[in-house]
Amino acid sequence: MDTVLFVIFAIVSLICAFNVVLQTHPISSALSLVGVMGSLAVLYLLLGAEFLAMTQVIVYGGAVMVLFVFTIMLLNAGSEKSSSKSWFAQIAGLPLLLAFVALMGFLIKGVMPALPAVRFGSFIGGTAEQIGRLLFTEYLLPFEVISILILIAILGAVVLARKEID
Amino acid sequence: MNFYLVSLIKLFIVFAIFMQTLAYLQWIERKVLAHIQTRTGPLRVGPHGLLQPLADVFKLLTKEDLLPPYVNRFFYLLSPFLAVCLALISIAVIPFGPEINVFGTRTYLQVTDLHVGILFVLAISAVSVYGVALAGWSSNNKYSLLGGLRSSAQIISYELPLTLAIVSPLLLMNQLSFRAISDGQAGYYLGFIPRWAIFQMPFPQIFGFLIFLIAAFAETNRVPFDLPEAENELVAGFHTEYSSMKFAGFFMAEYANMITITCVATLLFLGGWHPLFPAPYSNWVPTALFIFAAAIAFFHAAQPARKIDRYSFPVVGAIALIIAAIFAVPVLQPIIVPIFWFLAKVGLLLFVFIWVRGTLPRFRYDQLMKFAWTFLFPCALANLLLTALFVAVF
Repeated sequence: MDTVLFVIFAIVSLICAFNVVLQTHPISSALSLVGVMGSLAVLYLLLGAEFLAMTQVIVYGGAVMVLFVFTIMLLNAGSEKSSSKSWFAQIAGLPLLLAFVALMGFLIKGVMPALPAVRFGSFIGGTAEQIGRLLFTEYLLPFEVISILILIAILGAVVLARKEID
Repeated sequence: MNFYLVSLIKLFIVFAIFMQTLAYLQWIERKVLAHIQTRTGPLRVGPHGLLQPLADVFKLLTKEDLLPPYVNRFFYLLSPFLAVCLALISIAVIPFGPEINVFGTRTYLQVTDLHVGILFVLAISAVSVYGVALAGWSSNNKYSLLGGLRSSAQIISYELPLTLAIVSPLLLMNQLSFRAISDGQAGYYLGFIPRWAIFQMPFPQIFGFLIFLIAAFAETNRVPFDLPEAENELVAGFHTEYSSMKFAGFFMAEYANMITITCVATLLFLGGWHPLFPAPYSNWVPTALFIFAAAIAFFHAAQPARKIDRYSFPVVGAIALIIAAIFAVPVLQPIIVPIFWFLAKVGLLLFVFIWVRGTLPRFRYDQLMKFAWTFLFPCALANLLLTALFVAVF
């Protein structure tokens, strides 16, 4: 059952990911990205990380992507025209991509230590309580740094928006 | 295999009742609105218009299904489907009562109990904005687009106070599963004050409840926040171009969202299925209520205002008496009395939704946004901080 679900949603996420790049209309691309986020959330669920899965849908599938779609709708962006590609990209694009992927795969396999096989639902420590505890003990510094980073971004956005109004 | 069978049966029952409630909620809304405005409301189809939902369904099914040539076909057809599906999913994690024992099978009165049930509902509500936003955009119509834009902006803005209001009772209960949250509100202070979240020490969530309710009106696009479909500005907003069952899909989604959000409010703030009075008294409340209703019916049958009342009111009274008798059976009480209390609270909140629609005018759009960001959001934040402080200190 778990394996079947994994295969289905892995395929869905891959198709959606390719779709993000292949679609010409920004709305279609953005919605494909929502599909990627949703199927990734299901994969997290299969691993046993329920809290992470739900947060993935709330934050990425909901808030962030709604803002993307909202902006695209507000700008009323049309589908993009394909510009004429260079002859080099047309000929060498696919072979170079395959070579790059193979190289990266080889390097990662060489550098990373041998890992145990993944078992579905074996991950414990994905509850809200445990994640909260980790955030406020072991990962306190990264957590605070990210908070300050986001605060700076918000202040920057407010300053830029005010300049427009005044 | 037993688990799958039980789940399937529960799924079927919940779905059937949910769809019936959807259909009749609309009838109730029309009736209540009509009586608020001293009209009679639906009256022709069936006694007191009781078959009106059926007639409406037939009407919507047989209307011509227009597909305008200028729409973005894929998203135009996808969005009502998306809206309905996402609106119907959330009910799966809502518990309606405690664990029960039917013919030796112990089961929860709930389709499934997720550890992160409340987050699941939030996730679904976060995604469900796509239905409306895409409907507005794909219709290729300026009114629809404006409706879709308004809706997404409004839902993003009001999701913040809504979520912050939800967090405060979670702090009190220390749980994320609906069942555990509701069980955390069982019991009474001094033997008579229920430990519902709106009364629970150390910090009663009465403000949190009000903030949640206001934000819920905006999340479900209801009056006074129904700007996405303001007919005096936007024709019909995001569903201007939709007809037949596709229009009905949005309609269903709105009512389904309303039911889900009232269920969530009941579970988080009003103690779920835990009654207002301690069990020895509260088990007899439904019986007393239905006997009272029967008494009124028989009284009016004895003094009929119209000729037909002499025959119709005794029937109503008899039905009420039968229901009262069912609620008095000791074997059934542990199953149906919690459900009664849960449904009574949800029904009350749904009535408030309709009541507000009949009473308040619509906001202006800038007022709506200003209200969310400069009043509701700080209030919710203050409520959360106070709750956290009280929970930490006591």
